[in-house]
Amino acid sequence: MKARVTISLKNGVLDPQGKAIEHALHGLGFEGVNDVRQGKVIELDLGDLDKASAPAQVEKMCTQLLANTVIENYSIELLD
Amino acid sequence: MKAAVIVFPGSNCDRDMKVAIEQSMGKSPDMVWHGDTELPETDLIAIPGGFSYGDYLRCGAIAGNSPIMREVVKKAANGTPVLAVCNGFQVATETGMLMGALLRNANQKFICKDVDLKVISQNERFVGAFEQGQTVRFPVAHHDGNFYADDESLKRLNGEGMIAFKYANSEGEVTDDTNINGSVENIAGIYNEAGNILGLMPHPERLISDQLGGTDGKTFFDNLINSLN
Repeated sequence: MKARVTISLKNGVLDPQGKAIEHALHGLGFEGVNDVRQGKVIELDLGDLDKASAPAQVEKMCTQLLANTVIENYSIELLD
Repeated sequence: MKAAVIVFPGSNCDRDMKVAIEQSMGKSPDMVWHGDTELPETDLIAIPGGFSYGDYLRCGAIAGNSPIMREVVKKAANGTPVLAVCNGFQVATETGMLMGALLRNANQKFICKDVDLKVISQNERFVGAFEQGQTVRFPVAHHDGNFYADDESLKRLNGEGMIAFKYANSEGEVTDDTNINGSVENIAGIYNEAGNILGLMPHPERLISDQLGGTDGKTFFDNLINSLN
């Protein structure tokens, strides 16, 4: 069982790295880009953890360590 | 009195903190390893600056979950004074001991220079050596010092006198131009509700003698140690 956690800064929280990417894209001539937000993806190999308990476990990992919920959102995707 | 400095892998200011406390206290603080599960008896806990655990995941996130921090959080809740500098400030917000979070500097640059700070709220223990409204000069060295707090937290920080320092100019004016890293309301340091924890991005421990370029940090530590004696 595997899980993929995607973490991004909440809306309204300044993302200077996203801004730098946006400027670079404009510099390359991609004019249609209105905004860029960057984040991170964390892939977890959960071994034999059963499907039933995995969501709660990963949720706990997110709130305790993987994401800082003061400034970040997270989403969890479970993969077989 | 006794003091303890927490030592994380990767930190580069734990020794500076030790020297600063030693100079003011007259004896060495205990250096406590992050993997320890017990704190020695202590009147002051210092969480030093400097990229604990390489700042992997987020600044201060892994350090905030280290075994010793469970003890630090407990002691702090019971009133033990805690000084959290730079990465230590990030660690303290990650554990929830202090409000808010520290984001990447708005200009994307690592900033390393001496800055002027305005003393905002009086707290005898931590800033008793300075007058409210006065400026002090401490160095900064950080990439993620952009203090963020949501509107509700900001209201509490302002309303309950929990803002310790703001980035200012030498006249004590707090303007957009003096906001080096994009921090909300120029905030450079805050207290917790009970006033026994101070978190700040600047490094008072790096300005403790004329040879280092100034003594505002020495004044800060002398007052802190005296007030705890």
